[in-house]
Amino acid sequence: MSDQSVVTAMTQTVELAQNSALAAIAATKDLSAVKTLTADLNKKDSPLNTLKSELGKLTSVDDKRTMGQLLNTASQSVNAALLARSTELESLEISARVAREAMDLSEFATRRRRGHSHIVTQATQRLEDVFVGLGFQIAEGPEVETDFYNFEALNMPKSHPARSEFDTMFLEYGEPGSILLRTHTSPVQIRVMQTWQPPIYAIMPGRVFRRDTPDATHMPVFHQIEGLVIDRGITFAHLAGTIEAFTKAFFGNEFTSRLRPSFFPFTEPSAEFDIRRADGEWIELGGCGMVHPNVLISGGIDPEEFSGFAFGFGIDRMAKERHNVEDIREMYTNDLRFLRQF
Amino acid sequence: MKILNSWLNEFGAFGTDTEKLAAAMTNLGLAVESVTSVGAPVKGVVVARVLRTERHPDAAKVHRVYVDAGDGVELHVWCGAFNMKAGDLIPLATLGTTMPDGRVITPRGILGIESHGMLCSGIEIGLDADADGILILPSTLKLGADVFEALGVTADTVFDLDVTRNRPDCNGYLGVARDLGANLGVKVSAPVSDKVKKGSARSLRVVISDKEKCSRYNATVMSGVVVTNSPAWIARRLTNSGMRPINNVVDASNLVMLELNQPTHAFDADKIANAFKIRCAREKETLVTLDGQTRELISTDLLICDGKDMPIGIAGVMGGASTEISSTTRVVALETAFFESSGIAATATRLGLRSEASLRFERGVDPYGVDDAVSRFAALLRESCPKLVVHAKGTDIKEKSLPLKQRVVGLRIAQVNRVLGTKLSAKSVSTLLAKIGFATKATSTGKIVTLKVAVPSWRPDCQSEIDLVEEVARHYGYENLGKIVPQSTMHGRLSPMQQRRRELREVIVGLGVSEAMPNPFLAPGDLTKSGLSEEFAIRLANPLVFEESVLRTSLRPGLLKAISYNISHRNSNIGLFEIGHVYPARQDQSTGELPDEYEALCIIAAGVNSEVAMDWWSQLSVTMGFGAQLDQKSVEPGYHSTRSASLRRGKQLLGSVGEIDPLVLARHDINVSVACLELNLAVLLNEIPKVSTAKSVSRFPRSDFDLAFSLPQNEPSSSLLKVLRQASGPELVDILLFDIYRAPGAEQDLSITSRSLTFRIQLQAKDRTLTDAEVSTARQRCIDAATKLGAQFRTV
Repeated sequence: MSDQSVVTAMTQTVELAQNSALAAIAATKDLSAVKTLTADLNKKDSPLNTLKSELGKLTSVDDKRTMGQLLNTASQSVNAALLARSTELESLEISARVAREAMDLSEFATRRRRGHSHIVTQATQRLEDVFVGLGFQIAEGPEVETDFYNFEALNMPKSHPARSEFDTMFLEYGEPGSILLRTHTSPVQIRVMQTWQPPIYAIMPGRVFRRDTPDATHMPVFHQIEGLVIDRGITFAHLAGTIEAFTKAFFGNEFTSRLRPSFFPFTEPSAEFDIRRADGEWIELGGCGMVHPNVLISGGIDPEEFSGFAFGFGIDRMAKERHNVEDIREMYTNDLRFLRQF
Repeated sequence: MKILNSWLNEFGAFGTDTEKLAAAMTNLGLAVESVTSVGAPVKGVVVARVLRTERHPDAAKVHRVYVDAGDGVELHVWCGAFNMKAGDLIPLATLGTTMPDGRVITPRGILGIESHGMLCSGIEIGLDADADGILILPSTLKLGADVFEALGVTADTVFDLDVTRNRPDCNGYLGVARDLGANLGVKVSAPVSDKVKKGSARSLRVVISDKEKCSRYNATVMSGVVVTNSPAWIARRLTNSGMRPINNVVDASNLVMLELNQPTHAFDADKIANAFKIRCAREKETLVTLDGQTRELISTDLLICDGKDMPIGIAGVMGGASTEISSTTRVVALETAFFESSGIAATATRLGLRSEASLRFERGVDPYGVDDAVSRFAALLRESCPKLVVHAKGTDIKEKSLPLKQRVVGLRIAQVNRVLGTKLSAKSVSTLLAKIGFATKATSTGKIVTLKVAVPSWRPDCQSEIDLVEEVARHYGYENLGKIVPQSTMHGRLSPMQQRRRELREVIVGLGVSEAMPNPFLAPGDLTKSGLSEEFAIRLANPLVFEESVLRTSLRPGLLKAISYNISHRNSNIGLFEIGHVYPARQDQSTGELPDEYEALCIIAAGVNSEVAMDWWSQLSVTMGFGAQLDQKSVEPGYHSTRSASLRRGKQLLGSVGEIDPLVLARHDINVSVACLELNLAVLLNEIPKVSTAKSVSRFPRSDFDLAFSLPQNEPSSSLLKVLRQASGPELVDILLFDIYRAPGAEQDLSITSRSLTFRIQLQAKDRTLTDAEVSTARQRCIDAATKLGAQFRTV
């Protein structure tokens, strides 16, 4: 038989215990308090657990079931409140920590700087990339050269009058007048012809030297890039086509090019090549021509079987004009204030 | 070469469309440097007479000139030039005149006194290339007349041509006209020559002793000469061509040279002892040239001597003062010769005496243009000397060494088309060549058609087949040859080494240093200043300046200068690098080979120490796969001896890392430490690292343990690391040196001779979890090995 008075008294006790537990949970201030409270509430002698152990004292099965359910609900609500409180406190604590940890990222914005490549290097690489795209490989050679590679093999035998135009710097090394600083990248052409096999599609960027007093547009030490194509059936039209393709690829589609007759000892027919800007202005760029048969022979190539063309121009000027550098000497002061702009 | 439009038109009907003419010249390879107009009338400039001049006490740089412009009214003008005197006729720009430079003449005065116009210099009104004072006009002009009308000056255009070395004929109007005529379809003829019948025979004896250097010498005597100023039109032509009028004889000679590219030289015939002898100079023989300079000669210089064997001119370069045309000259002996070009070039270069004549002989003149030149000279001189007599039987010696009148060069039609990419027929090639005076005759052997081309004597540049191919191309038009992009059969790419160089640059730039390009030329002493030897440095034989006369053997001196520069300009975070060639001499130079040039890298930064340099090295070695041993026992000169190491592989030196020697820094006025890393890229970039083979990652847990040792200062940590690596067994994954402890004050207190190093050793097996026993055995092995090395184990 149900004992209504016991049940009522017990129900009140359960509610009391539950409310007291919930109040304690709500009063917790931090996660460790929640942790301690959780441990306390789970102890065997906690009010709710004590009540659970007292269930056995009830005689009525119905009362046991009713009270059991009541106790379970109370326990669940207490556990839910614990979890909710701990979640709430955790999030509060993280928010507080986040607020505490505030950093001013702008303080670090300029802390570590990347270095800068020299604008001549940048120009060289851009040029190389365009020619690689046109199927060229890149050849290199020594900067200190022999008279043979710099002049003789390039159809300028000893006492050739054009030699005097190169303002050559000679070295006190070996036979007097035999070893020099290359005045152009053309000696690399001969080295390439001697070591590679045609077909040759090569460009040759590098440092060159002329005995020129420095001024706003000239340096005694500067950079050139030179191209050489040797294959069967190469004609002047291929030269003009390559110059045109390069012009469009490097300067932009709105540019065109023209070749006009000129003279170089190492090419024939020879030409100057100019590019035309969209506004119609012609700009002189460099020299080119069909490789002179004597030069092919110097390179060990039969001019009756192969033909080829070569072209060349200055790199420094490309860098100078791209970045509007007023005086070319500024590019070589190595002043970090200058270098860091690019 | 300056070409006047009006003068050019005397060689053919070229017209005055200057744009069309300039374009045609450009397309022919006669590069037009500039196109300028001269002699364009300036309205309002009149002939005026100077009445008197007067100084003003308060104006030092100008004076007052009173002039009459034809109406009898005295006009007052302030003038800054003082070259006029009363009675002179001068050009007066009247009030309201717009000058060629855009200025309008106003009464704007000085000291409150107005100016009624402006007196003009020749350059101000485009009548003269020289601005030396006010232009003094011929006294015959009518007062008040328009100056341009009075002078008969009409507007003209000057084309300034940059004539290339291969076109000597274009150093004269005739050559330019021939090319242009062929291009524009204009008939070209040389200007009129002397038509007057020759006078009595009068010969001079001519002896050529050096027949190689002089292969033709014509000496023609002309009498009835009155030396005076040239007519105005001749003077103006010379002026507009950039030459000074001298007198009618010299001017005629210069005009002939400009027209026909044939220098001539007029001697006073009364001063040459009736003969010319052409011989080489004796060593140290001297001659006073026309410019008043005494020239000392050597045995390869060619001289013109008189009948007494006295030098009277340096052949092809400049005449002598003693036989100069003077106001008393009545008879002229005209030399028209052909001198060998390289000899003239050598003499002119050695003497630093480049005349208009030497320039032309150097480049090449027409050996058969002599007769026309003599005749043209007479015609021009006759303009001012109506009684001129050209005497018959002038001497004209032609030696065997004289080039042939026509040179025959073979030209295969197939070769033309192979080089130019054209499909020209023999006939069209012949037509193109005929237009420039190259006669052709077709021959064929089998299918090969060859033109026998007779190259005229004025084109010494056309010697071989390819020269003729170029002529065909020029006259066919470069723009008509098409543009075809060749299909490269090659795979365009950077070589693996070049690819690595680019990667390396990226890594270096990522270190925060910027690329410098110091001068590869050093001053003597720069290497020594950087602690390096100058013994193997190569010197320039002809440096531009003494301070740039040594080739660098290291990148360090240049970068140290750059560091010092940046410090003195108070730049911050100074870090630079360079990738460039260095050029140490080969120790054995007798082989005739090139120096031991190679590509090097140097990274350098101010205000940081070796730790940073070591960081660079480890970054580079990890990312680029550079490998070398750190050797602190042999430090390269110029480095801080206790804070640097050389990077070696066996005996091979691959670079250095560390700090710059404080002594070197002091010499560069650098008062902070400088970290430096140098590498030989010629070796390191060419070593392509092997592709790594994948190893599967262990699924079993890793066992780590830490060991601390006390190690004597003089023992590098790397030795301990090596020993531990060997001792830790096959399960070793990695060893990290993660803590270094030095007792405070260890740097000063020399009694502290060791430091503590803590290593973390990580072991892991592929196939199992390592047991505690295994780990502890390995640990003991490590301790034993370290102890054996001399390290003292410290209980952690």
